Amino acid sequence: MNNVFVYCEIEGTKVAEVSQELLTKGRKLANRLGVELHAVVAGTGIKGVVEEQILPYGVDKLFVFDGKDLFPYTSAPHTDILVNLFKEEKPQICLMGATVIGRDLGPRVSSSLTSGLTADCTELEIGPYDDIKTKEHYEDLLYQIRPAFGGNIVATIVNPEHRPQMATVRSGVMQKALYDGKAKNEVVYPDVAKYVSAEAYVVKVLDHHVEAAKHNLKGAAIVVSGGYGMGSKEGFDMLFDLAKVLHAEVGASRAAVDAGFCDNDRQVGQTGVTVHPKVYIACGISGQIQHIAGMQDSKIIISINSDPEAPINKIADYVIVGTVEEVIPKLIKYYKQNSK
Amino acid sequence: MSLKIVVLAKQVPDTRNVGKDAMTPEGTVNRAALPAIFNPDDLNALEQALRLKEQNPGSTVGVLTMGPPRAGEIIRQGLYRGADTGWLLTDRLFAGADTLATSYALSTAIKKIGKVDIVLGGRQAIDGDTAQVGPQVAQKLGLNQVTYAEEILGIKDGVATIRRRIDGGQETVQVPLPVLITVNGTAAPCRPQNVKLVMKYKYATCPMERPENDPRANLYAERDYLTLNQWSVADVDGDPSQCGLAGSPTKVKTVQNIVFQAKESKTLTASDADIDGIVKELLQEKIIG
Repeated sequence: MNNVFVYCEIEGTKVAEVSQELLTKGRKLANRLGVELHAVVAGTGIKGVVEEQILPYGVDKLFVFDGKDLFPYTSAPHTDILVNLFKEEKPQICLMGATVIGRDLGPRVSSSLTSGLTADCTELEIGPYDDIKTKEHYEDLLYQIRPAFGGNIVATIVNPEHRPQMATVRSGVMQKALYDGKAKNEVVYPDVAKYVSAEAYVVKVLDHHVEAAKHNLKGAAIVVSGGYGMGSKEGFDMLFDLAKVLHAEVGASRAAVDAGFCDNDRQVGQTGVTVHPKVYIACGISGQIQHIAGMQDSKIIISINSDPEAPINKIADYVIVGTVEEVIPKLIKYYKQNSK
Repeated sequence: MSLKIVVLAKQVPDTRNVGKDAMTPEGTVNRAALPAIFNPDDLNALEQALRLKEQNPGSTVGVLTMGPPRAGEIIRQGLYRGADTGWLLTDRLFAGADTLATSYALSTAIKKIGKVDIVLGGRQAIDGDTAQVGPQVAQKLGLNQVTYAEEILGIKDGVATIRRRIDGGQETVQVPLPVLITVNGTAAPCRPQNVKLVMKYKYATCPMERPENDPRANLYAERDYLTLNQWSVADVDGDPSQCGLAGSPTKVKTVQNIVFQAKESKTLTASDADIDGIVKELLQEKIIG
């Protein structure tokens, strides 16, 4: 009762990284509240394979639902599992990835339980809340913090009365870490048929095709990112040369993606990937809020921009005022010279 | 097989083109400075609906929206593109709704419309980016759901075949009707407005949009189709405690304008000496290399 739950999503028998990131966050919230961290996972043929991918993140109790047709994911069976499990367990918080699955499942579950759900949170904290209208005071609510209105404002949302307090978080926003404290690591294997009605298996997946990611932007130590200022697709390709010599990954702003300079899976920002590299080199990026939201935690930020007044320069450690056509080849040249 | 199709559409502020005056000095949103538009993903959903109507003779498409009286514009824009009818849910009791209360309101209206085979909507609205209302409506009505759809490949014997986007790939699924489908922005764009339909419907309005002593009163009396359906909480047999702010489990604690912590930055030029210098500095401090 009253614990913190994380829904772990899987592809085949592999637990999604975003779920592990949320387990780490969930553990911190559970410690702050003095409760247990529980995890739930559902799939087919996962018993004996998923436990070791979930328990080391500080999980006290793991519910493994292993049954036919639970993978690939479809809405109704997974909804039944969470709704019926939550009716028994009555968690105070439930976290899930802001993925295609999490954004399909979360609202369905929240609607069933009449609980509040906040999408795409960028921070989660615990704190008090005073309702101005009812004069009620609440302790230890989940602050669900998210950008809103196209990234122009940040809202803190609370669910004072309804449980669980549900939130989704995008991949890469939280950082995963194996838990070095003590956790109970209990695992249970409930009978799927007791939770999922036979009628729930109504959607048939004819074809399920997932490609391995072409790059590891999220985990890159150095990111070279281009904006609309790269001018063209050909101009943008220069960044791949720079990335190659620096052993970096290439990212992009929304404007560059919208202009067709590169694929949208390289988009850095609130509606794309959040990165935390050692070095972020922003090339021809003006620095809209929604972009900065996805890279502001980079340790060193270098901005290359012909406009000395570009908003991104305010948060940069180094500003190189110049055109990308001039500066990037020089960076490549002097890196090769000096790194020998 | 003829289908009764309802498209959920939302009038949203155009957050993609936020100008300098979009925020007030106090850090709140200046809604008046943002044009109100048809939510982009909802247009993709409307296109899928209109295609189904063409492929399945006898089908009808209606646009359902919730908002202030001026949101009647969304229904008109739907009619201009080929929708047959529309409903505007408008009532002060609906105001301040979060996604759950919104889905409650929409689900009561869909019940009132009755015998709906397919509910379509955009994946998400650009003012909130939550993608929650579609699945919440599906749950409230006990409908099957398919989200992130890119194309409805066909409907046969009461079963829809749908191609959808998933993380890192795609999927083809089959789902029996009735079903709620949310359509991704990568789906086919919506057809343009049809000039004849614009002529036919340009004066179509909801009663609340009309001024007192409307000079077109005679026209409305003659042509029924120029009066759009306008429903209040009572009209859809709604429970006021589940609508609007009262029916919203989430509360906004605070709203802040984003202020980024400015850093002390070193400004360099594009000269060879400067670039050479910064590369050496980064290498020495083992930041790169």
